[in-house]
Amino acid sequence: MMKWETVIGLEVHAQLNTRSKIFSGASTAFGAAPNTQACAVDIALPGVLPVLNREAVAKAIRFGLAIVGRINRRSIFARKNYFYPDLPKGYQISQYEMPIVQGGTIGIFVDGKEKTIRLTRAHLEEDAGKSLHEDFRGMSGIDLNRAGTPLLEIVSEPDMRSAAEAVAYAKALHALVRWIDICDGNMQEGSFRCDANVSVRPAGSDRLGTRCEIKNLNSFRFLERAIEYEAKRQIVVLEEGGTIVQETRLYDSDKDETRSMRTKEEAHDYRYFPDPDLLPLVVNPDMLERIRSEMPELPEQKRNRYLGYGLTANEADGLTQSREMAEFYEGLVQALGGGYKLAASWLLGEFTAALNRAGIDVSESPVGSERAAGLLRRVADNTISRRSAGEVFDAMWNGKMEADAIIENRGLKQISDSGELERICDEIIGANPKQVADYRAGKEKAFNSLVGQVMKATRGKANPQQVNEILRRRLAQ
Amino acid sequence: MALSRDDVERIAHLARITVDEAGIDRVLEELTGIFGLIERMQAVDTAGIEPMSHAQDVVLRVREDRVTETDQHALFQSIAPRVDAGLYLVPKVIE
Repeated sequence: MMKWETVIGLEVHAQLNTRSKIFSGASTAFGAAPNTQACAVDIALPGVLPVLNREAVAKAIRFGLAIVGRINRRSIFARKNYFYPDLPKGYQISQYEMPIVQGGTIGIFVDGKEKTIRLTRAHLEEDAGKSLHEDFRGMSGIDLNRAGTPLLEIVSEPDMRSAAEAVAYAKALHALVRWIDICDGNMQEGSFRCDANVSVRPAGSDRLGTRCEIKNLNSFRFLERAIEYEAKRQIVVLEEGGTIVQETRLYDSDKDETRSMRTKEEAHDYRYFPDPDLLPLVVNPDMLERIRSEMPELPEQKRNRYLGYGLTANEADGLTQSREMAEFYEGLVQALGGGYKLAASWLLGEFTAALNRAGIDVSESPVGSERAAGLLRRVADNTISRRSAGEVFDAMWNGKMEADAIIENRGLKQISDSGELERICDEIIGANPKQVADYRAGKEKAFNSLVGQVMKATRGKANPQQVNEILRRRLAQ
Repeated sequence: MALSRDDVERIAHLARITVDEAGIDRVLEELTGIFGLIERMQAVDTAGIEPMSHAQDVVLRVREDRVTETDQHALFQSIAPRVDAGLYLVPKVIE
């Protein structure tokens, strides 16, 4: 049987989080009543002219710098012509021959292996309005609030070879656009939309097969499932001796399948030409330098810095999943004056678990980095055990008290008096002759059970390391 | 380049313009004239000259990212053939 390879390229439309539209002064806020944010430019009344939003350009440049692409000093806006009721001008203003950003790369990790995905280009364009096809007595309703919202269309090379790689790339891109604050990344609201170009070819071939474009992928899960379905579909067609027709397909998440959209090959002649209403966009060196100087430290740079603190790759990855988490971590270690490992393991362990339980983001945490530092300081100086720290953290999460006051009130200070601990250890050894015999016969489990009993007897206030040390010493006698 | 009647019909369709049978011949003649002009221009030697996207050598001005527009949908919709619940209504189109 023939082995097949899947080849995937992604086109992502990221809505830029500007206040106003790309070519007009109408608001871009999501969720307004229909057509209340569609001005004369957006609805294409005769005689209006587009004026470019400086911030949309700045955000496209931020992206270009983040992926180390080429920022074209000169770029051109073009008209992409097609007819659809949610496109009032009869053309979409986009960039064609000379986009603002070309090239660049994004690094992904799949199954522990690093891979570099090349980007073709990223260009500025305007979003279309929305068509609503239900409930209008056989007619379609048109809401033009979204028309003119700035988009950055980010096009990758066909460098991905599995659905997992495509998802890893989409997630890395999603994290990046939020990190550099150019897009809110809200997929439910359509701020970050993916189209996938999928083809298959015999493994080892260097020729690309005919591709299909899958639209309507508004979650990472759908992206993965649609690619998997589509690759299987194409393989079946080819193995049965058929040919793949280049077309646009729609993913139906209810049926978990892709299906052909009404073919409109001839309508695909977009007749691009430079928009005479918009002169060439020139990015001057001053603007470029100003934007470069305002760039935040990027996830990869932070990750490398954290590895230098002695964190594991997993910890460095975990802390750089979002800028909020990385900033929390940095605030925490600054307040602690170090404690890199302790802060990382606590943030990714207990703290993340608490966020997940509450279903909230880092930025919404009731315990900020200063308060958390108050807690970890007492773990670092052995005032409390890691176990008691959990109890203190719960109390901090649910109340206003600081760590020291909670430790004091609840009497959670570790027993540092070693005489007292030795007495308790001796008691436990005396009361458990079976475990002692098992341990001496080489069963490590029996030892853990003894440690557990000492911790229980001290209500978690003993230092486990100290208990370990005392028990081993006593049992060796 | 010789233009055919089929080309004219296709261009008319793309532009969503109805051209009747008699009209096709007239449009064909006009377009052929325009193409003739383009052919004459293409005969000019432009080797080494950077193409311009626009006729004037000036650059785009940009504006600040500020919301300056107010809601005027009632006024705009006063000339729309049909509206409902703030939406413009059009013959059903679905892809």
